[in-house]
Amino acid sequence: MHIPDGYLGPITWITLWLVMIPIWIIAARKLKKELRTRNVPLLAMGAAFSFVIMMFNVPVLGGSTGHAVGGTLIAIILGPWAALIAVSVALIIQALFFGDGGITAIGANCFNMGFVLPFIGYYIYRLITVNADITSSRRWKGAGIASYIAINVAAVLVGIEFGIQTILYPAVNGKFQYFMYPLSVSVPTMAIEHLLLFGFVEAIVTLLVVRYLQQTDPSLLRLSDRKIVQDKIPAGLSV
Amino acid sequence: MNKDTQKGLWIGLTILIVLTPLGLLATGTAFGEWSSQELQKTLGYVPEGMKSEKTLWQAIFSGYSMPGLGNSFLHSSIGYILSAVIGICLIYAATLILGKFIAKREEEQRNENS
Repeated sequence: MHIPDGYLGPITWITLWLVMIPIWIIAARKLKKELRTRNVPLLAMGAAFSFVIMMFNVPVLGGSTGHAVGGTLIAIILGPWAALIAVSVALIIQALFFGDGGITAIGANCFNMGFVLPFIGYYIYRLITVNADITSSRRWKGAGIASYIAINVAAVLVGIEFGIQTILYPAVNGKFQYFMYPLSVSVPTMAIEHLLLFGFVEAIVTLLVVRYLQQTDPSLLRLSDRKIVQDKIPAGLSV
Repeated sequence: MNKDTQKGLWIGLTILIVLTPLGLLATGTAFGEWSSQELQKTLGYVPEGMKSEKTLWQAIFSGYSMPGLGNSFLHSSIGYILSAVIGICLIYAATLILGKFIAKREEEQRNENS
């Protein structure tokens, strides 16, 4: 799902940079209010986890590969704005140092995997787990379902961004300038790969970790319930 | 986050790092992430945009491999694991630094609450 340089024309990648810049600024402001310094190592670990999980390429029909992202998981624990920052950091390091995802496409990749994915995943999870006890099975099931849907939405979005290139930059003398397959190919391909396989990989990773946390440290699953920081705690109690 | 969870998460992360070479077993290329050579083969040409934007930036550990290491599975695996370690260190550091700037300090919080 890491769009490389040269696949999106400037209209698309510049637009998505312009969309992402204010979103990053809003995220920084939100976290200034909501993120506690003692949760920063957890955020860093979330970013590291997302990075390493994306290295597990899974083969799928037709010689293609894909991987999980972990964005919904981070959002479940730390909230969607924190997940946005964590996944963005991972994606930027991947682009700069490992050539995974393009430099011009950082805006697009952060939009798909860093913004849309964790936000969709987070809100579906919240919807499913309304009034669910922290140790309820609804939590891990909800985490699985939410992360499955979220990665599929992100995948379809990537398919759309790819496919519209053939409309924005039609072929000249039979040669395309950027991405070369139409929406009717790119969207179904991205969707089917994720519906059949990568969505399940993402769901299993997410629900296993949520289940593990339910058993070992359920308080972590309460962090985002309280929006990471309780606004009205007495001074003496905020340890 | 209690100490045990923290330990558990680090152990989990370490296991994942050691297992990353499993990700190399998938030999194909992700949809929409083809190299110029692959495109040359399937399309018969390389789109102009890809030629020009390709030269924008050369990542040092391109493709999660270490410069100077061979192409055998063993060498790729070592490169892949080292990439995971380097990547995690970079990401961990970057997030901590970012966190320093954006996270709310406990003292400030206490001041506001009191």
